[in-house]
Amino acid sequence: MTALTEEKKPTLLQHEQENSLLAGTGTLFRKEVLRFWKVSFQTVGAPVLTAILYLLIFGHVLENRVQVYDNVGYTSFLIPGLVMMSVLQNSFANASSSLVQSKITGNLVFLLVTPLSPLAWFTAYVGAAMVRGLVVGLGVYVATLWFSPIGLVAPLWTLVFTLLGACLMGSLGLIAGLWAEKFDQMAAFQNFIVMPMTFLAGVFYSVKSLPPFWLAASHLNPFFYMIDGFRYGFFGVSDVSPWISLGVVLMGAGVVSAVALQLLRSGYKIRH
Amino acid sequence: MSTSPNALRFDSVSKTYATAKTPALEHVSLSIDQGEFFGLLGPNGAGKTSLISILAGLSRASGGTVSVLGHDVVSDFARARRALGIVPQELVFDPFFSVIETLRIQSGYFGVKGNEVWIRELLENLGLADKANANMRQLSGGMKRRVLVAQALVHKPPVIVLDEPTAGVDVELRQTLWHFIARLNREGHTVLLTTHYLEEAEALCGRIAMLKQGRVVALDRTSSLLAGKASTMLRFKTDNALPQDLMPQARVTGRIVQLKAHDANEVESLLARLRAAQCKVEDLEIGRADLEDVFLEIMQEGPAA
Repeated sequence: MTALTEEKKPTLLQHEQENSLLAGTGTLFRKEVLRFWKVSFQTVGAPVLTAILYLLIFGHVLENRVQVYDNVGYTSFLIPGLVMMSVLQNSFANASSSLVQSKITGNLVFLLVTPLSPLAWFTAYVGAAMVRGLVVGLGVYVATLWFSPIGLVAPLWTLVFTLLGACLMGSLGLIAGLWAEKFDQMAAFQNFIVMPMTFLAGVFYSVKSLPPFWLAASHLNPFFYMIDGFRYGFFGVSDVSPWISLGVVLMGAGVVSAVALQLLRSGYKIRH
Repeated sequence: MSTSPNALRFDSVSKTYATAKTPALEHVSLSIDQGEFFGLLGPNGAGKTSLISILAGLSRASGGTVSVLGHDVVSDFARARRALGIVPQELVFDPFFSVIETLRIQSGYFGVKGNEVWIRELLENLGLADKANANMRQLSGGMKRRVLVAQALVHKPPVIVLDEPTAGVDVELRQTLWHFIARLNREGHTVLLTTHYLEEAEALCGRIAMLKQGRVVALDRTSSLLAGKASTMLRFKTDNALPQDLMPQARVTGRIVQLKAHDANEVESLLARLRAAQCKVEDLEIGRADLEDVFLEIMQEGPAA
């Protein structure tokens, strides 16, 4: 008997493994997108409406009282901030709520028994979170065109900050989703960390208008750089150089992604 | 000649949960050959689900190794999990999707493309064909259980693990399920089953392991287990109290009493003692011990060795 007649292995060859892993990652990504799309009234419609309400109320009250940059009305100033805020909050919400729901209802088991790698989980969850952030952000932008149409001076900057910000917040959402064991822990993460940091990052004002202490504090807030850099793409002016913001956001996205991936590798709170 | 790997192999598997004082599993070693229908029995808390969780990658062993068709479940997890189909004990589902979507997604996770024919076959065989487009939320418990089975089988795993699949399930589903699983076993799939219904295990499993307090206390062919222990049982119904000295060895289920009897002399002496105690006996019969008798006897044999 030659070696060729050895019984055939019931397992896949290396490249078949990789192909099927890729297909599996695609399935998880599509499932995650489908999950929010099936309830888009709540996951896309509601945040767009919230952003429009902010724009209407603050724009109406402050339009003639606040002038942040020369030649930029307050409503116009507000729009990029609201768009980016929506991108960030919804990227976070998608990854975190999906994971925590699956953990609590127990259906995460269907994913845990698959051959999908930690990197596949990360790619699919963060990818779908980015899609939700982008869809909501685009929705807010399109809706605001009706109130105060603003164009983009440097769209590439805006795009880069959108993608990096969404990736950072999707990864952060993944971490929060892994960490939280109950819905109220999730809500605490959202209400006591994500909300204050976005609101204090200069969505509604330029941090330049703040007293020195709060100005310095704002510069320690990574959300500030995401929003400031994003806004630069609209007006070509910003509180700090977009290159500095890019550096900070790149580093932030890198660190948060690395932490999320490491938690997935270690099976933190999902493989006991 | 090459020796084919065990379908499942547990080598000295131990597990102590962070929150527990006593270990859930202590040096459990078992090998299950390809094509076997294997039963894993034990009372609640004996460690059956812990063992299956380690196998599935839901939890990690504190010591020892587990492999599926020769693939280690930690270092070669992708191949190991591809070879495994697990029906979890808990009735879980994803409320966002319909039955057919659930199955397509599960198939997709394993990278199986063009799987519609097999998915249809699963739906037919598990009596789910008319529920294909129903949302998971709308299904009854029994129907959800069927979907769990279909999900576990969607990537045609050579090794199938069923963790108490018939808990709280009606007769019809049990029949459908065992018919289908037995067919898969005949076609070469290895089956590992945990159940509390011992008559099921007796009817289906060629070999059985019994766990108690995290240790294997019995491991043998089902027929040998049945032959090895007290093989004759005296069964009868009564409304009277049993004599005190017979209570420890009796298995009482409502009105039904079962007593071990090794031979005719012992049967006679038991009947004499019942008569002396003025115990009125109905529907008396002498039968062979079933797996439940063996199970009880093993579980009562003091602490695990």
